[in-house]
Amino acid sequence: MLDNLQLFVDAPFLLIQVLLDGILFGAIFAIAAYGMALVWGVMNVINIVQGEFVMLGGFITFQLTLWGIHPLFGIPVAAAVLFVIGIGLYYGVIRRVVDKDMFISLLATFGLSILLQQLMNQIWGGDVRTAQSGLGTWFLFDYTVTIGQIKVVACAGALILGLILILFLKKSRLGQAIRATAQNPRAARVLGINTDKVFAATYGINAALCGAAGALVVMAYSVHPYIGLPYTVRSFMIVIVAGLGNLPGVILAGLGLGAAENFAAFILGAQFQVAFVFCLLVVILVVRNTLLRHKRKYLK
Amino acid sequence: MTEQLVITGVSKRFGGIVANESISLSVPQGSITGMIGPNGSGKTTLFNSIVGHHPVDGGSITFEGREITRLRVPQIARLGMIRTFQQTRIFGKMTCMQNMAISDADHGYGLAALLKPISGETRDRSEALLDFCGLHSKRHLLAGDLSFGQQKLLEFAMALMIRPRMLLLDEPTAGINPTLINGLIERLIRVNQDLGITLFVIEHNMRVIMNLAENIHCLAYGKLLASGTPDDIRNDERVIDAYLGGH
Amino acid sequence: MNGRGQIILGIVIVAAALAAPLVFPAFRAQIAMLWIMVLFALTWDILGGQTGYNTFGNIIFFGTGMYAAAVFQRDGGFDYFPGLFIGMGLGAVISVVLAAVLGSMILRMRGHYFAIATLGLGIAAGEIASGWNFIGAGSGMSPPLFPGAPGVSYIFFGYLFFGLALITFLILAWVYRTRFGLALNAIRDNEDKAEAMGLKTDTYKIAAWMLAALFLGLCGGAAGNMLGFIDPRDTAFAGATFGVWMVLMAILGGKGTLWGPVLGAFVFHVTQEILWTHLLGWQRVALGLIIVGIVVFFPQGILGWARTRWPERFGHRVETP
Ligand SMILES: Nc1ncnc2c1ncn2[C@@H]1O[C@H](COP(=O)(O)OP(=O)(O)OP(=O)(O)O)[C@@H](O)[C@H]1O
Ligand SMILES: [Mg+2]
Repeated sequence: MLDNLQLFVDAPFLLIQVLLDGILFGAIFAIAAYGMALVWGVMNVINIVQGEFVMLGGFITFQLTLWGIHPLFGIPVAAAVLFVIGIGLYYGVIRRVVDKDMFISLLATFGLSILLQQLMNQIWGGDVRTAQSGLGTWFLFDYTVTIGQIKVVACAGALILGLILILFLKKSRLGQAIRATAQNPRAARVLGINTDKVFAATYGINAALCGAAGALVVMAYSVHPYIGLPYTVRSFMIVIVAGLGNLPGVILAGLGLGAAENFAAFILGAQFQVAFVFCLLVVILVVRNTLLRHKRKYLK
Repeated sequence: MTEQLVITGVSKRFGGIVANESISLSVPQGSITGMIGPNGSGKTTLFNSIVGHHPVDGGSITFEGREITRLRVPQIARLGMIRTFQQTRIFGKMTCMQNMAISDADHGYGLAALLKPISGETRDRSEALLDFCGLHSKRHLLAGDLSFGQQKLLEFAMALMIRPRMLLLDEPTAGINPTLINGLIERLIRVNQDLGITLFVIEHNMRVIMNLAENIHCLAYGKLLASGTPDDIRNDERVIDAYLGGH
Repeated sequence: MNGRGQIILGIVIVAAALAAPLVFPAFRAQIAMLWIMVLFALTWDILGGQTGYNTFGNIIFFGTGMYAAAVFQRDGGFDYFPGLFIGMGLGAVISVVLAAVLGSMILRMRGHYFAIATLGLGIAAGEIASGWNFIGAGSGMSPPLFPGAPGVSYIFFGYLFFGLALITFLILAWVYRTRFGLALNAIRDNEDKAEAMGLKTDTYKIAAWMLAALFLGLCGGAAGNMLGFIDPRDTAFAGATFGVWMVLMAILGGKGTLWGPVLGAFVFHVTQEILWTHLLGWQRVALGLIIVGIVVFFPQGILGWARTRWPERFGHRVETP
């Protein structure tokens, strides 16, 4: 562990490398987190199946490459497929738990997450998959820092997706209905907004967002049936730190988390990266709770 | 008469809203003291400040000579000051008898004391108090299945079970059938006289508070508007304005 | 059900449990596993059902007990049985301390934040165990071999787990009748009110979790020995199987009741034993469907349903003088 720290002193450019990798990775977390915040804020559901949506988007893109289609087309295709799946899951399951106790919806989406994991395992097998984009690598600082071009594309793609979503929420009728419902569901209903449809659309949009994020993940990194949960947890942490409906905050928290995680993996060893994510989750929750307790303000 | 509860210059803000502004008042030992005021005038907020539900922005609160401004809800409750809620709170999935049994504080709150089986004496006292509140025949029902008014009575019985020295009651007659209100007033007076419990009561029903309280404080817009006997309050121009004019 | 009915039912179950491994020698392993399931559901329900604090993380105590016993057996230099029992005790002590430490950190959170924190802890524990060389890291640990003949091990562990489940049940039956049990229910129904009455809610919650940790720690220590192999993610900190089953069994039987978790464990385990082998490769898909099905259509569980159906049977009656 200390040896790894020493490396930073010996090779300062490594610092830049780790930071850069982390930030590029973090942009994708931010996009999944924004979807989670949307569902949480509008429907009061914490969507544990978030990470599996991301993985599924990745596998769909991977499938396209098997058919000889360039993975960049995976972004719209995965988004479209997941939108349909999201709507289907909403009407099949989520709709029935949306007004219940939050633990019920937590458990229901957890069940969906377990189900999707093995379904993906059955379809695509238990190997780590990537989709080759054919892009090259940039070398900086005399070949000491390398950047996969696809990672930059993925990062930019994530930010563009976020921008599209914001414009959609601000400008479109549906987007405005979603925002109204988030602020006050009962008042929205009185004003004639069909909250059931709004919920369905919200859940579908979130799934689509995750699908697109998954397409980016499979190009720049990799997917596997059983590594969805860490994405869920990352989203959750980002939402807690940034708060609901605060996009700049979400992006910053996402980039910060990506960097922190990358440093931790470098220093502790890659086998502890997932452990770090989950420990960080607990630490963030404890800190948040201590602060709230201090103000004696309980969130229910 | 000694002052049991003394509030000096207490203020509480929520963001931009000033819910309580430098309120000073006191509640004499053994009295029935009333608090009135239009909706949103800060009555419940003052109760919340007293019982340590949230930190106050300024001022101090003492109970029986002891500084309690910084204590928290359970600590203050254990000193013998118990509040009931405007939005009645009971334990809905437990029977009335269980609600009463958990309210019994005679043996303290330590783990060892709690791990003893429920005593016959607790049961007897529970039944007596439920009887006192007219709930004896309902004692084996789940508290959540009671009507709203009955839940209010149960909450009152639970508060008595704790043997408090002071009770803060937030609108005890709200939602109670008008024909039963006289009975409730009678019970409150008996509790005060027979058990010696000081009562500090928020009430909107003027008839009730005028018959019940020895002295009354009136809040408006978060400030203490007037204090005095029921007659003083009835004839106070500012109070009449706050209720009739103004809005 | 009245007191005498419960006692008769209890005696019947005890008699059946004592006879079962001898009458059905082919099912000894499954019978032993059944008692572990009962222990899972009973201990989960202390916090999840009675106190209203749903956890995904009780598996930590099971895994901790498992590893602690195995390490003690490996390094302690005792014979098999003293090593096993001292190891189980050690696992229980460590689990209880862990519950006190973690509980004082996260049990002050309300509702679903607590649930998610426990989810995080459960997975973190598995990940840490699979990176920690002292306990075999990703390749796991093998506790020492049971000294008797092969079949005898399941008889021994079957009775051991049954005894443990019985003791747990009796202790909980007693605890739920005390004011401590009522205090847990009060926290579940309205924690703010419980605090406003002066109850030391944090203390009770932590104590309740420590109680669950005690029995899970003991159970884990023995379970590692019975299974013969400890894998960090698949047996010790098996959040996606054991960890979820705990929740499901308690909900299925009726959470917040004494008998519900026992009933839920029976129904779940028997169903699972019948179906599981036919579902190879699709087991988690089935599990996911079961979770969604129970949660969506049957969240009150068997006993919860019975209670709303026949309230008088559960003593909720109006007295007519
Ligand atoms: N937790 C809170 N957060 C923000 N504002 C609050 C909070 N509690 C109370 N307020 C505000 O403080 C003001 C006083 O409220 P309070 O509940 O004390 O009034 P009240 O006198 O009890 O009214 P009522 O007679 O209707 O019960 C109101 O404007 C209310 O909106
Ligand atoms: Mg009020």
